[in-house]
Amino acid sequence: MLLPRERGPLSRRVLQTLRTGPGSSRSTTAFTELALGPDSVVTDEDAQLALWTLYELHYRGFDDAAEDLEWDPTVLRLRRTLERRFERELREAVALRLRSLPGEAPVGETLLALPATSTGPSPAAYLHRHASREVVVDFLRERSLQQLKESDPQAFVLPRLTGRSKVALAELLYDEFGGGRPERLHQRLFAEAMVSVGLDPTYGTYVDEVGALSLASANAMSMFGLHRRLRGAAMGHLAVFEATSSVPSRKIAGGMDRLGLPPAAAAYFHEHVEADSVHEHLAAHDICGAMVAEEPGLREDVLVGAAVCLHLDELSALELTERWNPTAPTAQEVAS
Amino acid sequence: MRLSGPDDVSVRSCPGGPDLVRGATLVVDDDGVQHEVTRPVVAICRCDRSSRMPWCDSTHKAVRPR
Ligand code: FES
Ligand SMILES: [Fe+2]
Ligand SMILES: [Fe+2]
Repeated sequence: MLLPRERGPLSRRVLQTLRTGPGSSRSTTAFTELALGPDSVVTDEDAQLALWTLYELHYRGFDDAAEDLEWDPTVLRLRRTLERRFERELREAVALRLRSLPGEAPVGETLLALPATSTGPSPAAYLHRHASREVVVDFLRERSLQQLKESDPQAFVLPRLTGRSKVALAELLYDEFGGGRPERLHQRLFAEAMVSVGLDPTYGTYVDEVGALSLASANAMSMFGLHRRLRGAAMGHLAVFEATSSVPSRKIAGGMDRLGLPPAAAAYFHEHVEADSVHEHLAAHDICGAMVAEEPGLREDVLVGAAVCLHLDELSALELTERWNPTAPTAQEVAS
Repeated sequence: MRLSGPDDVSVRSCPGGPDLVRGATLVVDDDGVQHEVTRPVVAICRCDRSSRMPWCDSTHKAVRPR
C-alpha cells in the first residue's frame, strides 16, 4: 500500500514526516506541535486521515514509508496530539447517553440493552429495500476500510487480558479468523464480496475515497486496541459492534439478493447473521462481564467504548444516507 | 435436540436468547437431521423462530425486544 493523498494541513504534515523521515525534516517543523483547530476532529476528514495513516504503521505499513517510523518518537507525538483530542471528544459525545443508563445492572445486560437507545437512519434498512447497485457498491467501498482488517484491532487486546475474558476473546477471534480454514477468514470473505461487485480488494485501495466517518470508525477501534489503558473501551466497543451486526447483516444480504448480485456479495453478510449471534454474547458476557468482575474499575470504560461504537455508527449512518439521499440532515449538523 | 462431541459439551443459556454451546461437534435436531459444528462456540436457537435452525439468527430480538 502507498501513502494516501493529503486532505488538508494535518494529513499533509503527517505525510511529509512519513515520506521524508522525521530526521530529515526541518528541525523547526519537526518539533512544533500539530496545530488542531477548534472544530471537531471526529467529523474532520483531514484529521481522521492523518490519524488513520499513523495507525496503519502498526498494521500493514506503507511501501513508501520506512518501517521503523512505527515507533519513532516524533511520529508518535503527532499521533498523541490527534488521539488526545479524538478521545476527549468521543468521551464528551457519549457522556449524556451513559448518564441515562441504570447503574446497577450487570455490565453484559447493560451492553446488550444499549443498541436500543440508538436513533437516526438505518443504512441497512435502506440497503435492504431501496438501494441501487451503485449504492451497495459504495457501501462496500466505505466498509472496506475496516472490514479488510476485521478483528485485527481487537487482536491487540488479547495479551492484556487474563483468565476467562482472554479465553472468550480467543474463541471469538478464532471464529473471525476462519476457525482454522483460510477460506473462511472474515477479511477474505469481505474481499470476495468486493471482487464480486467489481471492486479492487487490495488493502487500502479506497482510502482516498472514503468519508471522514469511515476513517473515524476505523480509528476508534485502533485507538482502543493499541492502548492498554483503553482495553475496557476496546471490548465494550466490540460488544456493541457484534450486537448490532446480525440483524442488519440479514437486511443487507436481502438487499443484495433483491438486486441479483453474485452470491459471494451476500455470503459475507450471511456468515455474520450466524456468527455475530454468537459473538455478541461472547463479547458482552464472557469477555466484558468477566473483565469487569475481575476489575470493577473497567466498567465505565467498557460502557464508554460501547457508546462510542453507537455514536460513530449514528454519525456514519448520517454521512452515508446524506450521500445516498441528499435531503437528509448532515453528520456535521447532528454532531455539533 | 441432541448435542454430541468427543469431550465435555457445555451449555450456557443467554436470557431471552440462544443457548451457547461449547465442545459439540454435532447437533442433531428433533427430526434427526445432523448439523456439523464449525465454530468454537455456537448459538442454538431456543425461540423456534430462527430461519437457520438449529442456529440462532437473532430473530429472537424481534420476538422479545430487550
Ligand atoms: S434464539 Fe435467537 S433466533 Fe431463536
Ligand atoms: Fe466477522
Ligand atoms: Fe463477529
